[in-house]
Amino acid sequence: MHIHDYEKLWLGLSLVMIVGFIATVTYGAVGAGVEMIDDSGDTVDPNSLADHPEFGDPGVEQVGPNEYDVHVIARQFVFQPDPIVVPANSTVTFYVTSADVTHGFEVVGTNANAMVIPGEVAELTVEVNEPNEYGIICHEYCGSGHHDMEGLLRVVPEDEYDGGDR
Amino acid sequence: MSSQTGTPTFVDRYPEEASVVRQAFLVSFVALGLGALFGIIQALHRTNVLRLIDSADYYTVLTAHGVLLVIVFTIFFLVGLYQWAITRSLDRPAENITFTRAWLGLMSLGSVLTGGTILLGFVDEIGISADVLFTFYAPLQAHPLFYTGLAVFLIGTWLAGVDWFRSYLAWRGDNPGERIPLQTFMVLTTMVMWYIATIGVAISVLFFLLPWSLGLIDTVNPLLTRTLFWFFGHPVVYFWLLPAYLLWYTVLPKIAGGRLFSDPLARVVFVLFVLLSTPVGIHHQYLDPGIAEGFKFIAMTNTMFLLLPSLLTAFTVVASMEHGARQRGGTGLFGWLKALPWRDPAFTGMALAGLMFAAGGFSGMINAGMNINYLVHNTLWVPGHFHLTVGTAVALTMMAGTYWLWPQLTNRPLYSRPIALAQVVIWFGGMGLMSNAMHVSGLFGIPRRTAEPQYEGFDFATSFGSVSELNLQLAIGGSLLFVSTVLFLGNLALSMGTPTRDGLGQTLPPALSGPTDSPAVLDNLRLWTVIALVLVVLAYALPLGSIVAESGLFGSGGNPYPVVIEPLVGWIDPGAVIEIFHDLLEVLP
Ligand code: HEM
Ligand SMILES: [Cu+2]
Ligand SMILES: [Cu+2]
Repeated sequence: MHIHDYEKLWLGLSLVMIVGFIATVTYGAVGAGVEMIDDSGDTVDPNSLADHPEFGDPGVEQVGPNEYDVHVIARQFVFQPDPIVVPANSTVTFYVTSADVTHGFEVVGTNANAMVIPGEVAELTVEVNEPNEYGIICHEYCGSGHHDMEGLLRVVPEDEYDGGDR
Repeated sequence: MSSQTGTPTFVDRYPEEASVVRQAFLVSFVALGLGALFGIIQALHRTNVLRLIDSADYYTVLTAHGVLLVIVFTIFFLVGLYQWAITRSLDRPAENITFTRAWLGLMSLGSVLTGGTILLGFVDEIGISADVLFTFYAPLQAHPLFYTGLAVFLIGTWLAGVDWFRSYLAWRGDNPGERIPLQTFMVLTTMVMWYIATIGVAISVLFFLLPWSLGLIDTVNPLLTRTLFWFFGHPVVYFWLLPAYLLWYTVLPKIAGGRLFSDPLARVVFVLFVLLSTPVGIHHQYLDPGIAEGFKFIAMTNTMFLLLPSLLTAFTVVASMEHGARQRGGTGLFGWLKALPWRDPAFTGMALAGLMFAAGGFSGMINAGMNINYLVHNTLWVPGHFHLTVGTAVALTMMAGTYWLWPQLTNRPLYSRPIALAQVVIWFGGMGLMSNAMHVSGLFGIPRRTAEPQYEGFDFATSFGSVSELNLQLAIGGSLLFVSTVLFLGNLALSMGTPTRDGLGQTLPPALSGPTDSPAVLDNLRLWTVIALVLVVLAYALPLGSIVAESGLFGSGGNPYPVVIEPLVGWIDPGAVIEIFHDLLEVLP
């Protein structure tokens, strides 16, 4: 079968580009260590979150010198806790699950972004540096009040931090 | 009404098939009109330019917009076009036109059930709704009629495929050893892909969502049904795209004044779609918990390779246009562009659609990157992307194709070519604005699928321009698109009244490089089907298995939302309903 020379060239270049893309993404994941949401979080029963050791009382918990775990419940149409307060210059791991339907969890303007699926726990770790305030939104349609579902993440100076819910 | 001079038209040769094609197109265009109406409501509402509805009703509108446009409009156009293509390229009538009418009737019935259930959501008193968006993620729950309609619609499309395979087999009996005609090849490969793709959604709807909405099972596994949705949800985008490709490969070269460059490469492209469209769906779930990174990685790799057939198509389309332009006397490195028939709305529409597809391909590559995806997932960037692809590359090509095909289906010329030309240009301009505004808004984190992206506790930070400028751009773009749709529908409606005349028949020239010198294995559909199935098993067996192992076939609990309304009252006799549909379709032109 006859393939025009230009077409062969185009085919070759296309393949080079595709392999290039894959290489970049691979580098991002393996080399630069960009973390993805994966199956590391547990599964939970969305109907009995109140009995869960962590989600029973969602909030911020110090787990290391500069390390904090935050358990968050998304439910129609709020995030619990709200606001979430963490100290600057720390590593924060969010564990987010849903008490009802599928929600989203996005710290606006950052790439901290996850789907929140009932029964699953999304785990994502971020570094927070400067004191700042970030909006948190639910970006997955979750019912007629979806557009009202927002929260706040406050990164406060280390000396003002006193436990996580102010 | 048959024309005696010149090439006979499609309707002269196959009047019954032509009537099926017209009916399919009409359903498609009704959906387009309604979809565009909902589109402009959304565009004006979420930008706070004009709020005609309550924000809580926004999601009924959005569900209707999504379902009507990407299920009804696109797929009815597809079946009409494919019926034309298979009849024309095999040069034989449908094996049994009653069967053909039956599947179209089933598809229509399904669409009315599903569409009607969605629209009932506007009337609170009735208590029936389906505000689940076109992705219908559980535990969001729709009325059982929504899922029933989807199932009936799907069965209709499966039977359409059966019909076309029957035509092909009958032709094969009469023409042993001959190469499959190109358009038939495209139809058959598309349907092989569709059969594989719909396994996911069929299982999800029939075994989980429908029984659950009827109260037969208590819970479903949200991650499992979501994954089954995307098993189908990615290949469905190629189901929208391939009819546009069929037009680009087989009709565009002709209206550009030339011939298709290479028939074998067109086949390679369609085979690649059969192989690669399904084992990629997990790229819609990069942000999902409960799916291991490795599986996401496999989907990402396959997705990148899936760029190949579209890149090859870009080459062929441009090369065929250049060939056409040179045939028409065009010269120079870029000077040939001037020799193209820019006054022909069918040509200009398809060419502009192709141009926008290139832009859409670019934003698609961003989406496909596992890590950059975190920045844009579920933001307005995403609808910005697919209004370029399905919303323009596909939709505008379909409208442009209609300008070319409709006269051959009716023996009536188009009411106005200048209006048609203006229509495609307005679409291009409107989409340029709307999609640009959507992409940029997405980069600022503004979410999609929301009635009011205005929040109380914070503002979106923009690095240039302002959110209100972007909103204005989106609203103007959306309004232009609405105007364009009205022009399209109006022009077509008036074309139903133009006097019939002779000489509207068109032929399609063979490719420059024909099928005969390509390897015969390309036509081995059975082989491609088997390989495609193996790839699907490789990509999906483990992820699905681990989801079920982790959280159970029916999930770890949870409640439907909104709580299910009383199950189906009364018994509908499907036979009688189909009968009614037949009769309805019969009275259409
Ligand atoms: C009159 C022209 C159109 C206008 C003004 C329009 C406007 C919009 C807007 C503003 C949204 C975003 C809504 C949101 O996320 O809050 C949207 C979503 C969407 N549009 Fe369009 N659109 C038009 C045509 C089309 C066409 C031709 C198609 C496909 C063939 C299409 C398919 C979709 C889909 C699938 C969604 C996503 C629905 C969802 O998120 O569930 N639109 N449209
Ligand atoms: Cu939510
Ligand atoms: Cu939400």
